[in-house]
Amino acid sequence: MENGNNAAASPEEVRRSPAFGWAARDTSGVLSPFTFSRRKNGENDVTIKILYCGICHSDLHSVKNEWQNSVYPIVPGHEIVGVVTEVGGKVDRFKVGDHAGVGCMVNSCRSCHECAGHHENHCPGMILTYNSTDVDGTVTYGGYSDSVVVEEHFAVRFPVGMPLDRGAPLLCAGITVYSPMKRFGFDVPGKHIGVVGLGGLGHVAVKFGKAFGAKVTVISTSPSKRQEAVERLGADAFLVSKDPDEMKAAWGTMDGIINTVSAAHEVTPLLSLLKTFGQMVMVGAPEKPLEIYAFPLLLGGKSIVGSIIGGMKETQEMIDFAAEHNVTADIELIAMDYVNKAMERVAKADVRYRFVIDIGNTLSAA
Amino acid sequence: MADGGSCSSHEYRSPHHSDRKKAMAELGNGKKQASPEEVHPRKAFGWAAKDKSGVLSPFAFSRRNTGADDVTIKILYCGICHSDLHTAKNEWSNAIYPMVPGHEIVGVVTEVGQNVQNFKVGEKVGVGCIVNSCLSCQNCNRDYENYCPRIILTYNSLDVDGTMTYGGYSNMVVVNQHFVIRFPENLPLDKGAPLLCAGITVYSPLKEHGLDVPGKHLGVVGLGGLGHVAVKFGKAFGMKVTVISTSLKKEKEAIERLGADAFLVSSNAEQMQAAMGTMDGIINTVSADHSIAPLAFLLKTHGKMIMVGAPEKPLQLPIFSLILGGKTLAGSCIGGIKATQEMIDFAAKNNITADIELIPISYLNEAMERLTKADVRYRFVIDIGNSLTEA
Repeated sequence: MENGNNAAASPEEVRRSPAFGWAARDTSGVLSPFTFSRRKNGENDVTIKILYCGICHSDLHSVKNEWQNSVYPIVPGHEIVGVVTEVGGKVDRFKVGDHAGVGCMVNSCRSCHECAGHHENHCPGMILTYNSTDVDGTVTYGGYSDSVVVEEHFAVRFPVGMPLDRGAPLLCAGITVYSPMKRFGFDVPGKHIGVVGLGGLGHVAVKFGKAFGAKVTVISTSPSKRQEAVERLGADAFLVSKDPDEMKAAWGTMDGIINTVSAAHEVTPLLSLLKTFGQMVMVGAPEKPLEIYAFPLLLGGKSIVGSIIGGMKETQEMIDFAAEHNVTADIELIAMDYVNKAMERVAKADVRYRFVIDIGNTLSAA
Repeated sequence: MADGGSCSSHEYRSPHHSDRKKAMAELGNGKKQASPEEVHPRKAFGWAAKDKSGVLSPFAFSRRNTGADDVTIKILYCGICHSDLHTAKNEWSNAIYPMVPGHEIVGVVTEVGQNVQNFKVGEKVGVGCIVNSCLSCQNCNRDYENYCPRIILTYNSLDVDGTMTYGGYSNMVVVNQHFVIRFPENLPLDKGAPLLCAGITVYSPLKEHGLDVPGKHLGVVGLGGLGHVAVKFGKAFGMKVTVISTSLKKEKEAIERLGADAFLVSSNAEQMQAAMGTMDGIINTVSADHSIAPLAFLLKTHGKMIMVGAPEKPLQLPIFSLILGGKTLAGSCIGGIKATQEMIDFAAKNNITADIELIPISYLNEAMERLTKADVRYRFVIDIGNSLTEA
């Protein structure tokens, strides 16, 4: 994901529909009003008037250039939900007035082995919803804005009745845990799944786990989250990872673990919780390399697996499943102008469990 | 899993380590107080390490009588596995001396117990790393005795009767029939012996992880005892096999003699770059500390790297090397008995044997020294039948 060599012409010139949002201009990550434009709706496109956009921790990493790949100005946001206002001539899955969402991707090559297998998230030509160079050479801008134009293939239908504000975070947090849970058979009733970390990803993993009929144990560093996890989110058990007795009692009991933690932490004690052949899925992205001792993997044929979002087909499947099983995120709805304060709080994990920007009601052109 | 033998380490304490320590401390009661020669009724002899120098020398001990479920084997050959060296030198902090190593045992049946239907006197058989397990837990019931929490290893382990197990650097062994492997007629005994550890250690995870499909691309890291057998199995499965090694000198060997399709030098950035995203799986046999991330990048989307070697220092894994492409890092430790028999039968059918250097027992200590320098192509096998005599 690099800045195009023929660096983007100014956003206002290339695209032809005016758009408005909030962007970060530099590595301070501070966001402020920003005028730009979107492409006109093409024959395969849908245009979405944005109503809500979730704040993902990745947005914070990006605006502060923590991954060394930021191209400013950045309009973040890849948990986008709104209403369709225009559809292209070849669009058949959406009509004007439908509720639709956009997640982390807005394009891929559509012809490689990965795309053919519905793994657009692994396509080498995949284009992210923001801070990416699109096929026309322009930079993509995300959902902290009033509208988005996206190819139908990368839009997700929101079933009627599905809450839009609480559904928005599923477009990143939801698919990020749902995809590996399906891939590794953690969705089989009766399995015992551990969820490490109770934040944006973790709390959704607990909800999906329960909806799948699994036994879910939350593993966390904070004893203060026990009541929340068990009583409100429905987890079956709670382990404090720093308590050696609690951890030891759970050795060899879990079929799989979803590890959502991005802070540096030891993975070896978590591997002990797995049964023979158990798998720990890493969906968090700690900055420093993981330290993995070989023997805990060898003894019991265990695995550590990485996973990153999911493909479009399974994202739609995930939303449909969530609608059917009443799985939504727990959110704090905020006004657009609270966004910088919200970002500060995200940095301290001070939110239960996702901020969602009330774009429709609070974003207005300056 | 019992904290002994080929897959244990001082860095990692299995749940049963403290049980075993206690039991070992009690090895002063009753018949356990008897000397190794008196513990069991039958005389046996072999070579044992007496201390953590790891130096081996002649050793008289004893074996149990043939029980109803037992098979008694006159040992003809025993392979030298690197684990023998680690254990003899107490590198895993779990050595009990005197120790008779050896878990790549091949010989001929001399006696069977009354319940034994599947083996007859005179048959050629083998014994690998496991001589007992609980046979009732979920893992044993699914033919994964290698992951049984009550596993008993062929040497340096506490058997069900409270006595030490002694391995194949000896003249005979008595084993529960469940853990005995039949050797097909056409499989050479000396070159087949290393398959009982090295062979199953690579065969089992290749099968478990679907890395046995014709046309798939397998990377083999490290060309030693395990690696060379992995190449042979990979080719027999109809796969494309690329060897990844630190030494360019092994290229000719890998391609011309072992049949690998390609060879990468891991320190050659250009070669490694060109091979990025090309492998369905990698089997990593290296026990020296090394860098894992460049190997992970060789994998295709959803590719798997299986660790069968056990570096001492932790592997350093930058998270994006796993997350991008949804890749897997898995561990594997030997294999179950059913898989071991299947592997031996497959090897016999496909003419797969280890490349060995056959040695007399008198060469044992020198062989161990050369093993520390990986100076062998690719496994020493002790010609027990012709060179081990009672001291």
